[in-house]
This record gives sequence, C-alpha cells and structure tokens, in this order.
Amino acid sequence: MKKIITLISFVAVFFLSLVNANAGSLTVYTAIEAEDLKRYAATFNEDHPDIEINWVRDSTGIVTAKLLAEKNNPQADIIWGLAGTSLMLMKGEGMFHPYSPKGIEKLDPKFRDGDEPASWTGIDAWVAAVCVNTVEMEKHGFSMPSSWEDLTKPEYEGHVAMPNPNSSGTGFLDVSSWLQIFGEDGGWDFMDRLHKNISHYTHSGSKPCKQAAAGEVPIGVSFAFRGARSKAKGAPIEIIVPSEGVGWEMEANAIIKGTDNLEDAKTLADWAITQKAMEMYNEAYAVVGMPGVAKPVEHFPPGLLDAMIKNDFEFAATNRKAILAEWQKRYDSKSEPKS
Amino acid sequence: MKKSRDDYLTIFFISIIGIYIFIALAFPMYAILSKSVENKDGIFIGFENYQSYFSNPALVYSIYNSLFVSIITMVITITLAFIFAYALTKSRMAGKGIFRSIAMIPILVPSLLSGISLIYLFGKQGIFRELLMGYEIYGPIGIIIAEVFYTFPHALLIIITALSIGDARLYEAAKVLRSKPIRTFFTVTLPSAKYGVISAAFVVFTLVITDFGIPKVIGGQFNVLAVDVYKQVIGQQNFEMGAVVSVVLIFPALLAFVVDRIVQRKQVAILTSRSVVHEPNKNKNFDTIMFIYCSFISVFILTIIGMCLYASLVTFWPYNLTLSLTNYQFDLMDGGGWDSYYNSIRMACYTAFFGTIVVFAGAYFVEKSRSVKTGRTILHLLSMMPMAIPGLVLGLAYIFFFNHPDNPLNFLYGTMAILVICTITHFYTVSHLTALTSLKQIDNEFEHVSSSLKQPFYKTFFKVTVPISLPAIFEIGIYFFVNAMTTVSAVVFLYSSKTNLASVAVLNMDDAGDIAPAAAMGMMIFYTNAAVRIVYVLITKKILVRFQKWRTKTTS
Repeated sequence: MKKIITLISFVAVFFLSLVNANAGSLTVYTAIEAEDLKRYAATFNEDHPDIEINWVRDSTGIVTAKLLAEKNNPQADIIWGLAGTSLMLMKGEGMFHPYSPKGIEKLDPKFRDGDEPASWTGIDAWVAAVCVNTVEMEKHGFSMPSSWEDLTKPEYEGHVAMPNPNSSGTGFLDVSSWLQIFGEDGGWDFMDRLHKNISHYTHSGSKPCKQAAAGEVPIGVSFAFRGARSKAKGAPIEIIVPSEGVGWEMEANAIIKGTDNLEDAKTLADWAITQKAMEMYNEAYAVVGMPGVAKPVEHFPPGLLDAMIKNDFEFAATNRKAILAEWQKRYDSKSEPKS
Repeated sequence: MKKSRDDYLTIFFISIIGIYIFIALAFPMYAILSKSVENKDGIFIGFENYQSYFSNPALVYSIYNSLFVSIITMVITITLAFIFAYALTKSRMAGKGIFRSIAMIPILVPSLLSGISLIYLFGKQGIFRELLMGYEIYGPIGIIIAEVFYTFPHALLIIITALSIGDARLYEAAKVLRSKPIRTFFTVTLPSAKYGVISAAFVVFTLVITDFGIPKVIGGQFNVLAVDVYKQVIGQQNFEMGAVVSVVLIFPALLAFVVDRIVQRKQVAILTSRSVVHEPNKNKNFDTIMFIYCSFISVFILTIIGMCLYASLVTFWPYNLTLSLTNYQFDLMDGGGWDSYYNSIRMACYTAFFGTIVVFAGAYFVEKSRSVKTGRTILHLLSMMPMAIPGLVLGLAYIFFFNHPDNPLNFLYGTMAILVICTITHFYTVSHLTALTSLKQIDNEFEHVSSSLKQPFYKTFFKVTVPISLPAIFEIGIYFFVNAMTTVSAVVFLYSSKTNLASVAVLNMDDAGDIAPAAAMGMMIFYTNAAVRIVYVLITKKILVRFQKWRTKTTS
C-alpha cells in the first residue's frame, strides 16, 4: 500500500511541476516580424534585465481578433507593435489602460493618441510595396508593373499573390489605401479586376513577398521592409512603388486594462518610445515615430517615403469591420463553384 | 458479500481514471456542443449558428470538398496498401524488412511535411513540375497525393494483420482442388482479409477528413472542413462558428468509427485456435513483380522525405543551391525557435510517461479486476471514444472547457500540462486497445491464485502483469512519443508563448512563407522519432529478452 501512495504522490508532484507560474514577466502581444523579436527583447533587457518578455506573435488580424476575443478575460499585459487602426478600434471598446509614456511629446503628433492621457503611442510605420521576381517575369515574358492599375493587366492572370486583409495587417492597409486612392466605388472596382489576377490570398503579409523571392509567384503584394530583407538575402526581386501612391500603417503600443503587471507594463511603454528604441526600429523600418531619428534603410526603394499617401486612419479604423465583411463576401471563396 | 480492501482499492482507482476521462474528454465535448448553440455572450440561441453556417455557400461547399478528397484518398491508399501488404505477406520477394521499414516512415513525420515536400517537387519552382502537365499542385491534387503518403502506413499495418491471419489450411484445400491462383485470391485471400480492408478504409477516411495540416499547406484556395475550423477560430476568433463546423466534422468521423467497431467485432471469429499460419511458396514471376511494385512505392516515399531533407539544406531555393544550415536558424523565424523543438521533446516524454501509466492502468482494471462490473464497462466505453473525435475538435473543446473563467482547472490553460492531457486523450484509444490485447494474453488464473494466497492485487500487478506486458508497455510509450512529436491538430489551439511546439512551428513557419525552415523543423522531428524508434528496437532486442524468456521456454 505504501508503494502505491508513494507512486501516486510522485505522479502528482511531477504533474504539478508541469504547471508553470507566470510571475516576473510581461505577456506582450505583437505583430512585429518574428526575426526582430529576439533583438527587441535583448535591447530592452539591456536597460531592464529584471523584466522578462513573453512574446505572443501572429499576423495583425489574428492578434487583433485574439485581443477582441479575450476582451473579458485578457491574457496580454501590453501590446508592443500592432497596427494603429486595430488599436484605435480597441480604444473604442475601452480595452486599454490610458497612460502617457514619458517622452510622448517628442513623438510626431500623427504617432500618438490625441487624448490625455494617451491610450496608444505609435513607434514606426510600414509601407506597402510590390515585390516582383525579375527572373520569373523574364521567363514569362511579362513587362514590369509600375502602378497598382498595372497589376490588373490580363497578362498577369494567376500570377499575383496578396495577403488576406482579414488576417493580415498589410492586406488591410492595402485595401483601405485603395479605397482612399480610387474612392470607394473605384476601389472595389479595382479589386474586382485585381481579383481575376490573384493566384491566392495568403494568411500573412510577408508571405507574398517571400513567395515572390522564391519564385513561387512572380508578383507579391507585400510591404517594403519584407522586400528589402529578401533582397538582402540574395533574392532576384525588384521592389516596386506603385505610382498612385502606397498605403502605410503605423505600429503602436498600448497597455491592456486590468493587467496584473501595470508597473512593468509602464516601464516597457516608456522605454519603447526612447531614442534608443527608435534607433532599434530604424534598423528595419524607414519611418519611425520620433522625427529626425530615421536614417535610410538598405535596399529600400527610392521615392518610397514620398509615395506614402495621406492616410486617413480614422476612416480605416471606423470602417474596418465593414470593409473586411465586404471583402470576404466578394473574394474569400476562390474555390467556390462558378454558378 | 462484504467488500474486501481490494474491492475498495479497485473502486478507488477506477473512479480516478474515470474522473480523468470525464475531465479530459466528456466535459470538454459537452462544452463544445453547448457552445455551438450559443451566441458570443453565451446565451442559448438554438440552431441559429447552424442556420447561418448552412446559409454560407462557401462553408457548405467545404463539406463536399472534404468528402471528395477523403473518398478519393481512401480508394487510392487502400489499393496501394493492399498490394503492398499482399507482397509482404504472400510473396517470397527479397528485402521485405527494408520495404516494411520504409513504408513506416510517414508515421514519423508531421502530416503537413509531405505537403511541403510536394511544393518543392511540383510547385512553380518544383523539380518535377512538368509531370503535372500544367495542373496545379495547390488544390485537390496536392492534398490527395500528400494524404496518400500520410495514410499509407496506417492502412498498411491493418491490412498486413488481416492478410497474415489467412488460414493455411484453406490455401492447401484450394491447391488440392486445383483452384487457379486468381480464384484462390477471390475465394480465400479476399474474404479473410475483408474486414481488415474495410477497417483500414474507414481509418484512412477518418484520418483524411480530420487532417488539416496538409490542406492548410497545399490546399491553395480549396477549402475543407478541418481548415474551416482553423480559419474560424484562429483567423477570425469566431469560436461559436468554429464549434459549429466542429460538430459537422464529428459526424463523418463518428460514422466511420461506428462502422469500424461493428466490423472489428466480426473479425475476431476468423482466427481459431486450429488455424495454421500460411507460408507462401516461391513464385519467381510473381515475386519479381511484387519486388518492382514495392520498390516503386518505396522510391515514392523516399523521394518525399529526401526532397524535404535537400530543401532544408539549400541556402535559398531555387536561386542559391549551395548547401548550408541557414534554415536551421529557427530563432530568426516564426514558430518559437529552437525552444519549440525542446518543448516538443519534453511534451513527448511527459505524454509517453503519463500516458502509458494512465492507459495501462485503465486497461488493467477493465480487463482484470473482478469487482464493479458497471464501472469497468463505462470505463471501456469512454476509452473507445477518443478515436471518434478529431484532434482539432478536441483542442477547441479544451479551450471552451479549460479557459472558462469559472472552471477551477482554469490554471491549466496555457501550460504544458494541458498539451500533455490533450495529446494523451487524443491518442488514448489505440493505446488502450494495445494494452487490452496484451493483457488478454495473460491468464486470469494469476489473479485467482494470488487472491487465494491473500495477496493484494497490486502485488500481482507489479510482480506478474507488468513484467509480462513490458513489450506492450514500451509499444504504448513509443506510440505516444512519436504521435506527440508529430501532432498538430490536437495542440494547435492550446499552445502558448511558453509552450510553442515543433510541429506547430512547421505550420506557422509555412504560414509566414518560411517554407524551407518549415521543412527543416519537420526533418528535426523525423530525426528524433527515427532515433527513438531505433533505440526502441535495440532495447526490445537486448533488455526485453530477459523478461520474455518464459515465452520461448514454453514453446521449446
């Protein structure tokens, strides 16, 4: 009998040891590119070694949906690097703990919440671009596109990939920028024609560019930073800045209401807009929230910054749900029987 | 009759295992069913969710797509596996052992790895893309090829067993009656293997319809039910709709399960104590044909794995083919980095350890204890249930049950423990059956004798039952380990930032477009599982001999 009791307690202790406690660490939700996460956490830990960062990373739409779904039982302490439009939407839902981080006045006004105290602070911006694989284009005998309108040319039928705006922040900024550039009706009309050329919609915003880099698809609608990275790796791609202008989106931070680690979260929020942090973002992002910090980034296409449209975030944030629903109704079932 | 201490202990243990199964299976399943008839705020709304599901043509079309790929895969896999099994059991060709080992390779890798391999073989930059004659690998073609690869060993194992039990006396009779070989095949071989083939067909059908890794990777815009569940839950965080699609997905799986159980029951009667094992005769032409056939299948399997190995080592496909380990730098990709690999190993070890204890103890009480008959029957029925429940559905059910704020077990959510519990439950049934088969071989006299000698049952258990059953115990452990390493569906909803897993990393890296690193991580899983299997074979050969000596003695 003793043996059995020993065995049971052994098993029980072993099992309990599997349940990790969560003390002394911050759960940070993010959509920042995976390869940068370690670098960001390490740079932060240089100044604050006692706060451990637990990343939960996914595409923008997924993180947004996750946060909304967890609204009543939040798992995150803080958001570091998620699309500004998503944050504006969540601010409306009352999901944030308003807090103006130290040094917020140094940020470009576009990059901070107008309210006092601020609910969110912007850190950097990513910009749409088209990755074109020159080797594959030559193989097919295609001419290079130079505008969004070019992408609807019949010759590209089945040769364009773009991110699904329901899951990808890049996909959403593309769609919302087209609606601003071409107007509401013109935008949907443009997408109808583009849809004919789309080979597939991807889950993540980086994938179209990575696929273009690997030659799986000749043309990938993605963002400039991803293209620059792939080019640096030796991919035969050209990063095209469409002449009508390109959409962009800021990445921003916010503290989740009801977090158990408010002090640590504030520390991170403060640190994330320091000059040191801005320089860290600048290694990959051409546009950062603090004016005067950004230096040109290698492999970025010239003229990209001038092509950035005057983005109406209010429009994008308020209409996000309706735009996504409309998009899904029109395009999300490429495999449906043609009736 | 007064209950003895043994009886109370038995009741105690049966209750513990029963409670475990209720918590790990019955309650979560109830949670998912009730979720499917609730709205976002948890208010009962009847079948409104189902109505909106069936009024969405894109979602309903997935049912047709799912059935289509499952049935086609079933037909192809069963045909291929039957001939392969026939060659292994009824011919005298050379290299049977090697063929058999190669055929088992797909069990050691996550299902979606074959999809990734097909992209390298037949994608736009694939080396054999011309073979598709202009067809797209993204879509049903890719799904079916990959699913055939994935389900082949599962079908093969069942059919081999079915063919091996063919009674030699019937073959002798056929020979004496000068029956033509083709006639013998249809009158002797096929009838005796009939139930095995049917059973294998349903297993393949269930595996395909519930698999979501392969369609996710290579399905392109071809939607299937399992991917819909994933999209609704992960993509849109629409848990209610995820629950609805899950319930729809359970139906075909449940149907296949019920048919399989009925068929299994009939199978038993064929093998009688008088049966003689059939030894095939040499037949040069036949053996050569079978050898060529098996070589062909083996090349197919090795090509899929070999392509992944090569792709994982190429620096930048297809423009820089120099070999390097760049793709193994997982820390720079989505999916959790090398940590996820170590997490997977930990998870697999825990699953093997605890899973074997729970399953073997459960099977022991079902088979050997002499009291509480109803408890034992319920326990057995519950143990058979997990087979009918797709991993994806089980995982989603766990979210509903364990992440409910009022559940006292809420603290398990997001931990390693919940991954272990879910994986054990998902793979419970097969292990339970393995344990039962092994326990049935041990004569109940042992229990009677020790009981009359006034020995408590656990003494018999540790001194007789466990040593005799060691091969089965190891078999169960290894089964849990390998499946814990490769499963995606059971854990994809349950991992957290601290418990990323290698198999999920393969999925997420592919999602982010890092397909070569995804192949690399898949290969890491393969190396690990292959190594564990080899160690296992060595152990069974060396150490187990000591415990199993009695078996050889009785026969000599």
